[in-house]
Amino acid sequence: MTDFTAEVQGVTKRYGETAAVRGVDLTLAPGECVAMVGHNGAGKSSLIKLMLGLTTPTEGRIRVLGGDPASAACSPIRRRIGFLPENVAFHPSMTGRETLDFYARLKGASRRDNDALFATVGLEPAAIKRRVSIYSKGMRQRLALAQALLGGPKLLFLDEPTTGLDPALRQSFYAIVAELRDRGTTILLCSHALTELEGQADRVVVMNRGRKVADGSLATLRSLAQLPVRIRLTLPAGGIDTLAGRVGEGAALTRLAGGVVELACANDDKVALVRRIACDGPAIKDIEIVQPSLDEMYAHFLRREAAE
Amino acid sequence: MNTLLIIAGKELREATRNRWVVATTLLMAALALTLSFLGSVPTGTVGVGPVEVTIVSLSSLTIFLLPLIALLLSFDAVVGEIDRGTMTLLLSYPVARWQLLLGKFLGHAAVIALATVVGYGAAGVALAMGDTAIGPDSWRAFASMIGSSVMLGAAFTALGYLASTIVRDRGTAAGIAVAVWLCFVLLYDMALLGILASGSGLGVETLNWLLLANPADAYRLFNLTGFKGVSSFAGTAGLATHVQLSVPLLLAVMAGWIAAPLALAAALFSRKQI
Repeated sequence: MTDFTAEVQGVTKRYGETAAVRGVDLTLAPGECVAMVGHNGAGKSSLIKLMLGLTTPTEGRIRVLGGDPASAACSPIRRRIGFLPENVAFHPSMTGRETLDFYARLKGASRRDNDALFATVGLEPAAIKRRVSIYSKGMRQRLALAQALLGGPKLLFLDEPTTGLDPALRQSFYAIVAELRDRGTTILLCSHALTELEGQADRVVVMNRGRKVADGSLATLRSLAQLPVRIRLTLPAGGIDTLAGRVGEGAALTRLAGGVVELACANDDKVALVRRIACDGPAIKDIEIVQPSLDEMYAHFLRREAAE
Repeated sequence: MNTLLIIAGKELREATRNRWVVATTLLMAALALTLSFLGSVPTGTVGVGPVEVTIVSLSSLTIFLLPLIALLLSFDAVVGEIDRGTMTLLLSYPVARWQLLLGKFLGHAAVIALATVVGYGAAGVALAMGDTAIGPDSWRAFASMIGSSVMLGAAFTALGYLASTIVRDRGTAAGIAVAVWLCFVLLYDMALLGILASGSGLGVETLNWLLLANPADAYRLFNLTGFKGVSSFAGTAGLATHVQLSVPLLLAVMAGWIAAPLALAAALFSRKQI
């Protein structure tokens, strides 16, 4: 017995000749928000389906909430799992309330909590009474999230939850996710929108062609990737040549538009370099330090994978 | 059991919202009423009760119409949910696959039953309000007609579910549904007639089996030969003496035509990759 909410060990899933998931190991701890990133067809959705017990692995073992999610006796497990599929179109002629009522009954959750759920996801009481066919994309997604939160799940799978949502909605979406995580829910979140995951996820798992190519916190991934940190400086006219002399070895200098200079250096050299420039370099109008974004790291891990 | 009812109830409610229930019921009632009024016109001198006339004409029409309605209602049942993404969601709930399929089927069968009972029942009410006295035997035949119509609808709903489970694409499912309708309702009887007319010496035994191999024919035999009053009028009295198929056997065959496609669909669905 382990303390993990979900455990995937050496799992491979083949559909005929093609392998959707290849030898993946993954553990999810309670109260952890893990982001899974990867291209379309990288095996993210397949992995979620496996963990939901919708399909069974060709090889390997999966345990979710202490049991096999695909076994005949998985009902108690499934009651404690929430799932927000990538594309879901609820029946257009049913109202929001009817839809949620149906899913609550199916899950054996109390329908009395539905009003609170609607409030959590931010669906107005007036909207609940209307048919899903007139719902906007954001409202549909909120309804889908409400459905995933039925019965207070211990484990939540969110597959591309923010596609098509406007920035304000995304913010409130991630606020809900953060609150759930703080209450001890394990969350596995799939996304293409890497930038918005920064600051949301405790851990990032990079998937490519069915393989897990990286797994760790953002900081860990940064040091693993050893991508250069970029320092952007706005200098007065003529300052650039003086600067070029100061930078020295181990940093590359690029001129950007608007009199901005970008220095790229290893993360470990960052502090020393800034000190050198700031103390005895030319007068600096502005300084900006850009950490490698999740996008860049993702691209890096894919390049490395391709090179191997 | 509870899960089945929840799913069936949702299916029934959706069909009600879509006006499927209303449209089908109205269609059935309109046809039934038209036929019962037409049927009650010539009866005085012929000496056949209006109910019998109505049963003959209505069951003949049912054979064409009800399978079509049932197939239209059901061909989308599985493949449509997969398309909309709700299937993955439903299967992530504490629901077994067979429960999902059977629950949905019960909902659709309830739609058919509701439309048939209310629609044809309206014709029954109209007949009861007419001048001619109607005996209990006639009413039994009429009730049996409604009951067997529901079974016929359920059988074709089950066939629609099978079509919906086999394929991955809604268009293909719709095509299969139309083909099923054409084959069982039109082409089968034509082919059978052709074989009989060509005088190929088809034995009675073989003919019996061939008639049972089609739910629409089982339904026809049940209604046109099952009751004396009806068969003498339907011109099938001669056939009835030749075809040695008892009423329980016909009912069992129709039940089989409901259970077998559904069981096959459930078996395929449980192996289907979602």
